[in-house]
Amino acid sequence: MSTTRAQLADAVSRIRPGAGDEAAVLADRADGTVVRCGAVVAKAHAPDADQVALAARLRVAAHPRCAGILLAPLAEADTLADGRQITLWTYGEPVAPDEPEAAPWAEAGALLARLHTVPPTALPGPLPSMRGPAKAARAVARLRATVTAAADAGPAAAEAGAGTEAGATPVRTGTPVRTGIAATTGPPALTTSAARSQLAAAAREVGRAWAGLPGWARGEGRAGAGPGALCHGDFHLGQLVRHHGRWLLIDVDDLGLGDPAWDLARPAAWYAAGLLAPEDWARFLGAYRAEGGPAAGSDDPWPRLDVPARALTVQTAALALAKAAAARRALDEAEEAMVDACVRIARLSEAVG
Amino acid sequence: MQCPKCHAPMHTYNRNGVQIEQCSGCRGIFLDYGELESLTRLESQWNQQVPPAPPAPPAPGAPQAYPAAPAWGAQHGGHHGHHGHHKHHRGFGHMLFSS
Repeated sequence: MSTTRAQLADAVSRIRPGAGDEAAVLADRADGTVVRCGAVVAKAHAPDADQVALAARLRVAAHPRCAGILLAPLAEADTLADGRQITLWTYGEPVAPDEPEAAPWAEAGALLARLHTVPPTALPGPLPSMRGPAKAARAVARLRATVTAAADAGPAAAEAGAGTEAGATPVRTGTPVRTGIAATTGPPALTTSAARSQLAAAAREVGRAWAGLPGWARGEGRAGAGPGALCHGDFHLGQLVRHHGRWLLIDVDDLGLGDPAWDLARPAAWYAAGLLAPEDWARFLGAYRAEGGPAAGSDDPWPRLDVPARALTVQTAALALAKAAAARRALDEAEEAMVDACVRIARLSEAVG
Repeated sequence: MQCPKCHAPMHTYNRNGVQIEQCSGCRGIFLDYGELESLTRLESQWNQQVPPAPPAPPAPGAPQAYPAAPAWGAQHGGHHGHHGHHKHHRGFGHMLFSS
């Protein structure tokens, strides 16, 4: 990683001499590394990124029709020695991570509404598909790989399946109400067969919730008829920055055509899991509607949001379980709430067929 | 019995034949194994008996109704919830910012 940081800092100083000496890593994940040098931010995109699609997404971000909605890239671009593409951006102030209460929910709703109402025909095409469903599928695949690896790792692997039948597992009861024994569950270490069977049981619930989704929401084929709307594809609070007092959406790596309800579905999933406060959800949704957003209905938004919100619930729970297993830590409260929601989704979709 | 959350004493109440422990401090409710199912059963029996009532207008000063939620949604505020006060969940601050 430090190599990537140094390479990104090099690229910035080559393109923008004097942008800033100190290179601070803002994000470092498998899908991209982001480094800030003073007023300039450099991003090394994923090594497996589709270069043609990325170029199309960057053209959208730079298009005048998206000014005031999406942060525009700086004109210069570069590639690292290993072929990863670098893009440059002006630094913007993010949402304060320690003050989620002060999050700009209304501004976020309005920005998404404006993004969704950009006519795709006004943009330089061809536009790629929004990658939301593909990312959900990837999260589920990652969880499956984690469970397989954990099962293969221990001598008690055979035991892992046995202890989880007939309600013997202390993992989840499907309701946030503590039923006596649930509170005694300790932090798991995957060195124990109990932890492995807990992971396997939770992963099974996530898999059941996933199985009840239609194919398009699992990244198999396209949604419904029509080309869809311009979507961000991976909206969360880390995708907002403030420039001269105005909030903008960043990170176009998953942007494209699709069901705009997907962009509302992560906050919807948080709300449905009991995490996002009703007043924040109402502010977000109200601003989205007021700005003419097409994906929230006029009264009850859930006919539109249900499928994408289920998918985002599964995605979030799957990543939480995979990350917690990798770090050999327990799920935190919020992560548990998402797994609980998967249990309810699975029961409901199996009950109604 | 002490409340696992705020450690105030909990008092036992009987609701439709179901024993419920309620905290005298935070008003949180503790259910023993099977009690939630008993309550759910009672609720569904009740729903079968009476036709659905039209939604009542909120009383002055009453907390506003929550926005619509899906059938698989959680009870907002959880079992320890207070109306008008939202519980802060550990880890949610981090989740807000992650893909």
